[in-house]
Amino acid sequence: MSIEFKNITYTYMPGTPFERTALRDVNLVIREGSFTAIAGHTGSGKSTLLQHLNGLMSPSAGQVLVDGVDLNGRGSREAKRAAMEARHKVGMVFQYAEHQLFEETVFADIAFGPRNLGLGEEEIAGRVQEAMGWVGLDYEKFKDASPFQLSGGQMRRVAIAGILALHPKYLVLDEPTAGLDAAGKEKLIKEIVQLHRKKKMTMIFVSHNMDDIACLADKVIFMEQGRVLLHDTPEKAFRAKEILREAGLCPPQICSFLEELKAAGVPVDTNALTVEQGIENIMEAMGRA
Amino acid sequence: MSFIELENVSHSYHRGQEHEFSALRGVSLSISQGEFVAVLGANGSGKSTLAKHLNALLLPTEGRCLVAGMDTADMEAAWKIRQQVGMVFQNPDNQIIAAVVEDDIAFGPENLGIPPEEIRHRVDEALETVHMEKYRTFAPHLLSGGQKQRIAIAGALAMETNCLVLDEPTAMLDPQGRAEVLSTVERLHREKGITVVYITHFMEEAAAADRIVVMEKGRIVGEGTPREIFARPDRLRKWNLDAPLAAELAAKLRERGFRLPEGIYENKELVGALAHLASGRKAMAGEQRCP
Amino acid sequence: MLSDITIGQYFPGNSLLHRMDPRVKILLLLFFIIGVFVFDTASSYLLFSALTVACFIFSRIPVRMMLKSVRPLLWIILFTFFIHLFSTPGEEIARIWIFGMTWEGLRQGCFISLRLVLLILLSSLLTFTTSPLKLTDAMEYLLSPLKKLGVPAHELAMMMTIALRFIPTLVEETDKIMKAQQSRGSDFTTGNILQKARHIVPILVPLFISSFRRADDLAMAMEARCYHGGEGRTQMKMLKVTSVDYLACGGSILFGGLLAFLQWNP
Repeated sequence: MSIEFKNITYTYMPGTPFERTALRDVNLVIREGSFTAIAGHTGSGKSTLLQHLNGLMSPSAGQVLVDGVDLNGRGSREAKRAAMEARHKVGMVFQYAEHQLFEETVFADIAFGPRNLGLGEEEIAGRVQEAMGWVGLDYEKFKDASPFQLSGGQMRRVAIAGILALHPKYLVLDEPTAGLDAAGKEKLIKEIVQLHRKKKMTMIFVSHNMDDIACLADKVIFMEQGRVLLHDTPEKAFRAKEILREAGLCPPQICSFLEELKAAGVPVDTNALTVEQGIENIMEAMGRA
Repeated sequence: MSFIELENVSHSYHRGQEHEFSALRGVSLSISQGEFVAVLGANGSGKSTLAKHLNALLLPTEGRCLVAGMDTADMEAAWKIRQQVGMVFQNPDNQIIAAVVEDDIAFGPENLGIPPEEIRHRVDEALETVHMEKYRTFAPHLLSGGQKQRIAIAGALAMETNCLVLDEPTAMLDPQGRAEVLSTVERLHREKGITVVYITHFMEEAAAADRIVVMEKGRIVGEGTPREIFARPDRLRKWNLDAPLAAELAAKLRERGFRLPEGIYENKELVGALAHLASGRKAMAGEQRCP
Repeated sequence: MLSDITIGQYFPGNSLLHRMDPRVKILLLLFFIIGVFVFDTASSYLLFSALTVACFIFSRIPVRMMLKSVRPLLWIILFTFFIHLFSTPGEEIARIWIFGMTWEGLRQGCFISLRLVLLILLSSLLTFTTSPLKLTDAMEYLLSPLKKLGVPAHELAMMMTIALRFIPTLVEETDKIMKAQQSRGSDFTTGNILQKARHIVPILVPLFISSFRRADDLAMAMEARCYHGGEGRTQMKMLKVTSVDYLACGGSILFGGLLAFLQWNP
């Protein structure tokens, strides 16, 4: 089971002077169970790519298949219904997701999605409670609170819970930690990792922070000018220096540090993605030296 | 005499109401002319409230705030203070007023009643200073976040401000935009001697400052050079701040028995120290091999 | 979808009409509007139409834009035409049930419709050749004598400027919020009017909240830049009356004189 992009091209405002191609012949397979990071600087086509994942945008050419079903299935009513169901398998958490909150209580806001799915009240309440638990919000304490009285980090959690209550199989997060401070960021990342591990939710996230990507992801996609430059494991991705440069991205700080150390004459293994791994490598090199 | 002087400043929002909230509690701080001070702190530590005191957008509920010798509580002085202390805010979209870049930069001088030819001259100069001449007739919504923040800086420069207060100017920007803004600010400080108060929660940006002030729960809890602040990762973690990678690595390596000098926070320092250690060990090993 | 909306219908260019002072353009527009009402002979309508078409060609506005500007009001124009056609007493041409068409009605209907079309075209000529910002400045200048009567000319102009600045930002934001709610299963396209109205709430509330936040931030930013109302304020871009404007005024007066001559000296 997977999300598959087949020869996706997307052009904004075709046939006008503002015409711009945001995606060029993108082919991708994001497997179920993976933790995929997408990186690329602003205007590389990341956002356009994300919005194709749940059918918010329809490709100018090509097909997006979720578990084998075309998201833009046309023709028969059957095909349309299947496409709708496939879209619902993909949850989308936008950047600054707290901006989409609108209800009077946290409960009502999280219930908005499940209610749109036409679920029964009991089922809805169950899902809200469960989703709040996943993002670390106490149900009794917060369910009747106004979402607008909460802190920035809590509002972001409510918004994410609103998507989780839809029970997506694939969760897409666009810079989920933007604007949070060190503590808020660490907590949210932990919760996302938990969801991935315990609920086996497939994660697809966009980040500018290569250190986060290196720690979290098991697959990395680099984008530049609407193309996928690379789709590989982080170990291999961050070793591809040419591609990193082409995409205008920097390697994780620990990699740069180890490179510097090596250049200074310490024979250190520069393949490390986390600080812990980096320390191991330094210890080993120093022991050997 | 210092340019900005905060004397025991406290500030409470919603005073006397049930949800009264004190954002600043007895803050004293002095900043000299031409200094580059970074204010670090987690969300809700009071750093934005502090920033808004520096050009009379907020007034102390207790204590006194002096800018260039003028009290911000003096209504008459407020306009003079605002002319001297330019502000750049967090959200690049919400501080550009006009629908054309050059008109926006002219907004400040227009309010000051400067003659038209002089405004034109200042606008041209400010655009050049932030390297945005090419975009003079653009609509703001067509610019990137970093470019918008540079326009906001130019808007302050056109008022002939001699101090810039930047309130988390890069929090909503991508890495490229962050680099653009920081390098612009550093250049202005270096070349024009502009006093800079730079509020941020990115420690790599604070490292560019002469002095760092750390805030927590409305109080100043730490103050010192970047080295004094960053070399102690344990303390940073307590304040909910990240530590620079080199400082963190150095601390962990020390824990494992490496004898590294104190005060390391930059990559090149740690690389140097490790290389030195390695060459020492090699020499020792060599001696042992040939007695 | 939302990004297709363009605000103001300004057509950038460098024709004489574009270069004219916006204040002069507004005043001349008023002059011509009065003219269209005062001079109502066939020959003056002919001259007016010729002038309007000439102006469009002169300012290099595509002809299809001309037609496009009339289209929204097409039904009103047709309605007016038929009302006059059937309700003016006179020599009958034909009869449909109880309604009689008359020659006088035909003539009157044609004239009135033409008058409406001319009004629309002349006004759109102003917006086509003048940037909204210049229009705002001109409005502020022309309204400033009314300040004594309590008309907040500066404030109105400032509101216009800020609106022009923020419309694209808000359009973008609306698009984003719509997509976010769509991702939560909201459907804006199906259902009856009542259901559709309900689906707007999840878009409007976040939009309002963010607009209030923006307004708050913006007020703070304006204050930080020493804004304290229109008093003692100068402007970088001063509007200037140039030779083009004198030429246009002179031409218009001559045109008016010619029409007056045709009207009252047969």
